[in-house]
Amino acid sequence: MLSMQEILETIKMIQEENLDIRTITMGISIRDCCHPDPEVACRNIYDKITRLAGGLVEGGEDIAREYGIPIVNKRISVTPLALIAEASQADSYLPFARALDMAAREVGVNYIGGFSALVHKGFTRGDQKLIQAIPRALASTERVCSSVNVATTRAGINMDAVCQMGQVIKETARLTADQEGLGCTKLVVFANVPEDNPFMAGAFHGIGEPECVINVGVSGPGVVKSAVKRVEGEDFGTLAETIKKTAFKITRMGELVGRRAASRLGAPFGIVDISLAPTPAVGDSVADILEAMGLERCGTHGTTAALALLNDAVKKGGAMASSYVGGLSGAFIPVSEDMGMVRAVEDGALSMDKLEAMTCVCSVGLDMIAVPGDTSAETISAIIADEAAIGVANQKTTAVRIIPVPNKKVGDYVEYGGLLGRAPVIKVNPFSSNQFVRRGGRIPAPVQSLRN
Amino acid sequence: MSQMKELPKGNRVIVSVIGPDKVGIINGVTSVLSSNGINILDISQTVMQEFLVMVLVGDMEGSKVDMATMKDLLHEKGREIGVRIDAQHEDVFNFMHRI
Repeated sequence: MLSMQEILETIKMIQEENLDIRTITMGISIRDCCHPDPEVACRNIYDKITRLAGGLVEGGEDIAREYGIPIVNKRISVTPLALIAEASQADSYLPFARALDMAAREVGVNYIGGFSALVHKGFTRGDQKLIQAIPRALASTERVCSSVNVATTRAGINMDAVCQMGQVIKETARLTADQEGLGCTKLVVFANVPEDNPFMAGAFHGIGEPECVINVGVSGPGVVKSAVKRVEGEDFGTLAETIKKTAFKITRMGELVGRRAASRLGAPFGIVDISLAPTPAVGDSVADILEAMGLERCGTHGTTAALALLNDAVKKGGAMASSYVGGLSGAFIPVSEDMGMVRAVEDGALSMDKLEAMTCVCSVGLDMIAVPGDTSAETISAIIADEAAIGVANQKTTAVRIIPVPNKKVGDYVEYGGLLGRAPVIKVNPFSSNQFVRRGGRIPAPVQSLRN
Repeated sequence: MSQMKELPKGNRVIVSVIGPDKVGIINGVTSVLSSNGINILDISQTVMQEFLVMVLVGDMEGSKVDMATMKDLLHEKGREIGVRIDAQHEDVFNFMHRI
């Protein structure tokens, strides 16, 4: 028996508080697409993706209509491409990126993830070729997303990869300079990367995953913010409890849509990612939630504690609501995609250092941060190394998606529009890290990796 | 909604109407439902500030149209009357509020 109040609560969440399903992501294994002839391999990949994901967009839209809940994105993730392309004789992996791009275009998804390599302990020849191809792949395709895992708690940090990724990011920014370094928005460097993440740009279909799977990412910072506002002045127990209950309700929507999408598309249901994912829309901001808790601006003292509380309460509520929680599952703190974060930077409340501290207690890392165009590759590598260290030491996922915007300096703006939003260019530390990141080799796994 | 009839098969639609109160809202909504063979199981309404909030529960079993089409028809009617009409499968509400 539903009460009028419950019905109205749900309607209000959707109509006024931007509750939506952020993404239905179909994970597709392309392990059976390997072929010594790269042309054949590319064709296999294209054929398999278009065959399995042909009904993804239409199916998603039908479910959205039926349930009256917006499903913002329909996306695809595939097996890390380095593993597949490696079997071919190809010198360049660019044709593989184009095959992914064409397949994405054909089925109508806006992003396809999986131009990826897992190099936390070292490179294979395929990994090397893939990483070398990233800048041109991102510059010459529209929908392909790339990710590289450079560290795990078990393996330590591959500093050769970290060093190289600094250069790859710089080169990607240079090749997409006419679009303000747009290529870098499609490139994520990870530590402890999850294999079932439905969110772009870091999604890929892990090697332990089935043939095809449906993963769902929920959203709803606006709903949580409204709930937090309702308990203004109450103690932390009440605050945590309120967020937990709200997260439960949001996650139930993800579970419902995920199961429905899986049965409709004939693929098993994988996970619900319970991350709070902001968008540039007004009221759809994680920073706003933190401010609603009683901080004048996101980034001031107390922000890390507030974020830790939020992240934990979201997990507790979400874990009760879904049988399978996975992916990143925490709060995202991208700068350009969150108007509250942008305002905090503009007001001088939020800096790179504070963002780094916040990544210690939330799910991702330094996300969608614009830095000056003259930031050196070594400095970017050092930023990646710091994030990787946080992830490795805390046995959690961390990531870096950073854009050294060509020809921009601190205080300038970069505008991407749409879901990527706009961001002020943030100051980085001017002192050099060159000698440190160039040492080469691997930072050993920490003692907490010895769990057996 | 406390008297809402239990149906063995859960194929019910929740229609919500939100907007300024005026003559002909109930007639407008119910005419769309009845002309498409949707039996109304329950109606409940309240006034919040100056807005009328009405919730109808309809049985889709004998419906001549699918959910998406019905939604479009209701949207259309809403525009005509000047209120917001939405329709959602009951699962959305059951899933969110019940385990």
